[in-house]
Amino acid sequence: MIGSQKNGSGVRRSLRLLIVDDSNIMRRRIERSQQFEELEVVGTAANGIEALEIFHKTDPDMVTMDLTMPQMDGIECISKLVQLKPAVRILVISALADKATAVEAMERGANGFLNKPFTDRQLNEAIAELMS
Amino acid sequence: MLREEELKTFVEGTTNYFEVAAQQPATIGSPYLMEGAPAVHDYTGVISISGKREGVVYFTAPRAMLTVLLMKMQENDFSHETMRDLVGEVANTISGNARRDFGRDFVISVPSVLAGEKPAVSQKPGQRSFIIPINWRSHSAKLIVSLT
Repeated sequence: MIGSQKNGSGVRRSLRLLIVDDSNIMRRRIERSQQFEELEVVGTAANGIEALEIFHKTDPDMVTMDLTMPQMDGIECISKLVQLKPAVRILVISALADKATAVEAMERGANGFLNKPFTDRQLNEAIAELMS
Repeated sequence: MLREEELKTFVEGTTNYFEVAAQQPATIGSPYLMEGAPAVHDYTGVISISGKREGVVYFTAPRAMLTVLLMKMQENDFSHETMRDLVGEVANTISGNARRDFGRDFVISVPSVLAGEKPAVSQKPGQRSFIIPINWRSHSAKLIVSLT
């Protein structure tokens, strides 16, 4: 269970979320629509290279990851993030709807897959699953 | 010759976006064929296709329609960049659907976006395009499928 936890002093700990997507609309949508009080959005990135930079600075527990992005795509970025922090939980959010892509993302270390477009409910269910 | 089920994949990819992202389904107008470069609206998402079929698929929409779609998505930025972003996302969804349904026989590009201009993709002389009107609320966009 990596959901809301308490440390030794009984203070509730936030889960740190990084949002990676080359679409401004999608980044804002995910940030606005996620409904978990225990999730703190610590950064957003528009491609894999930016994601790695922000990952180093913010040490997130969870990442939402687009796949089709310029400079460094999501598949490559997932591999690098998992090398840096094997315990990181990654939810792929992509319009690529084919099974082969989903399987490849999972093999690289993703923990969940949500197809675009999505409803708020689908997003929150996918995040909840990632947190459980 | 374009097959009906191929056309259906592109149409469903488009209508699915409205139904899910805006929670309000789009309807399809009567499709028609035309020769030459089709007229486009203010913003156009472009997908290039090669392999088993060669050609281009466009999703083109007027600014007014995209503005309402953004409002329905709770978005409050209606800038030129956001409009480009949105048609890119719709095209991305159409592309994703096509990859799922067509598999490796089709090589489908990452979408590009054009704004306020004719698509800068050359068409073979005599090539015909299927034009499918996409009606949503009081607005109308077009899906243009131009494949050989």
